[in-house]
Amino acid sequence: MSYAFEAEGLVKRYGSTTALAGVSLHARRGTVLGVLGPNGAGKTTAIQILATLLRPDAGRATVGGLDVVRDAARVGRLVGLTGQYATVDEDLTGAENLVLLGRLLDLPRAAARSRARALLTQVGLMDAAHLRVSAYSGGMRRRLDLAAGLIGRPEIVFLDEPTTGLDPGKREDLWATIRALAAEGATVLLTTQYLEEADALADEITVIDHGRVIAHDTPAGLKQLVGGRTIVVRPSDPALLGAAARVVERVTGRPVEQQHGGALTTPVESARAFTDVVRALETARVDVAELALRLPSLDEVFFSLTGVTETSATGTEETA
Amino acid sequence: MTTLSTQAPAVRRPAVDAPRPWPLLRHSFALAGRSLTKTWRNPGMLLEALFMPAIFLLMFVYLFGGAVSGSSREYLQYVFPGVLVLTTILTGQVSTGVSIVVDMKKGVFDRFRSMPIARSAPLLGSMLGDAVRYPVAVTMLFGLGYLLGFRVETDLASALGAVALTIGFGFSLSWLTVLVAVLLGDENMVSWVAFLVPFPLVFGTSMAAPAETMPGWLQAWAEVNPVSHAIDASRRLLLGGPVAEPVLMTLLWGGAALLVLAPLAAWAYRRRM
Repeated sequence: MSYAFEAEGLVKRYGSTTALAGVSLHARRGTVLGVLGPNGAGKTTAIQILATLLRPDAGRATVGGLDVVRDAARVGRLVGLTGQYATVDEDLTGAENLVLLGRLLDLPRAAARSRARALLTQVGLMDAAHLRVSAYSGGMRRRLDLAAGLIGRPEIVFLDEPTTGLDPGKREDLWATIRALAAEGATVLLTTQYLEEADALADEITVIDHGRVIAHDTPAGLKQLVGGRTIVVRPSDPALLGAAARVVERVTGRPVEQQHGGALTTPVESARAFTDVVRALETARVDVAELALRLPSLDEVFFSLTGVTETSATGTEETA
Repeated sequence: MTTLSTQAPAVRRPAVDAPRPWPLLRHSFALAGRSLTKTWRNPGMLLEALFMPAIFLLMFVYLFGGAVSGSSREYLQYVFPGVLVLTTILTGQVSTGVSIVVDMKKGVFDRFRSMPIARSAPLLGSMLGDAVRYPVAVTMLFGLGYLLGFRVETDLASALGAVALTIGFGFSLSWLTVLVAVLLGDENMVSWVAFLVPFPLVFGTSMAAPAETMPGWLQAWAEVNPVSHAIDASRRLLLGGPVAEPVLMTLLWGGAALLVLAPLAAWAYRRRM
């Protein structure tokens, strides 16, 4: 199997603090790897090592088959980086920033300009192209950061929390851009605190916490790993909730777990139980407004893997 | 409301195929252009370069001129070449180191470092971009000097030689602040170094008064102080006298400073990863 990038046993210490305690990551070409973890888990340190901004204390990493320490300069040609620490110049306009980066990547002046225009259009900043970045909103900054990482048409794109601080609409837009990148054949490493984001974008997810990998799987596999499925039943008439609960209990042979907001949930062993519940509700003439078999959410997965509650895992940082 | 196009750039073929020659120079010039744009947008950054030479010149001529030479006019001829050296050294010291530290603390340097560009280019680019301060400061100094009555007693070529030599010397010495800046990474410390270092160097010379009038230990220091050569060279290029020896010594000292300090600073900068 050919990996676009591969890290093995990365260790990075700052004084007595261990940021990474042996992290291994890899992604096949053309896939999106989501690295999921709370603040301080080591996500950014791992990306900085892969992007040659930091040297690992132990372990090794290759990007496009090149060693990130020995071949740092050549690795730089393959990757594009977007993160809050690798940003753009506030005193320059959006267009000037991108043209400068294009020139630094040895594009001729005209090519750098047209590349900048194409990217500004792509991230929806053409109207603000000639405004200084200091006048940009947080969301505009993030989109310009993304464009800055894509100047050199990188084969491998590292996105360190690209949507932190974006409002939901803009987040969906950025997701579309990231999906398009992967569809074009780029390999994407995406770190996020948003479980929903990893689920929506990643082909595989590596969960890290306190500098260690605690799980690696597909989003679906990860959900399977942690627990069974749940049936949700919401009767059209809230008065029938009790009747619905009796039906479900009879079919599944276990008491319903939660019963609030007019809906009940209960864990089930197999998908087969779901069809049984559907038939039994039909027979008992309980009309339903909502009837679902759902996988555990990544929030729940994360909680059961790390023991950290969801609020601390999805805390947002406001960026100016 | 803007919408993102879902069409991504073709990523399979890199836009950049092979490195072109002279990366350090080309990247440094591109980054120097960035510094110039920033300076153009915040011209306040140039005020220091504009007013510092004026303040020193007025202070020396009118505060000390009468006491040292008996006449302000006569003293102006004596002190002006020294103030030229003081100006170029101080201009080099106070500008670059600070702007590099500010840049290093911002994310934009990390972006440059993640790119396949010559590793020292951001450092050199910043130095080159800030070099715009030298002509600004020197023009101000000569303009004011002429208004006050200073006259070059040699010729235009020699005067331009004095300007080029002193700017080159100031630029070479400025790598000291850059080295400190890169090592310490703290703009307050850098300001202090930039402020303190030039004083013994520039004032421990015959800049403001003939060395014979100084106590023995200071005379001894003025003898060995490399800045003395620069002041001698500047004085003879502007006012006349044999120039070969002081100019050569200035070039040697400046070159030595550049050859030692610049690679050290570049090494310290690259090593900050």
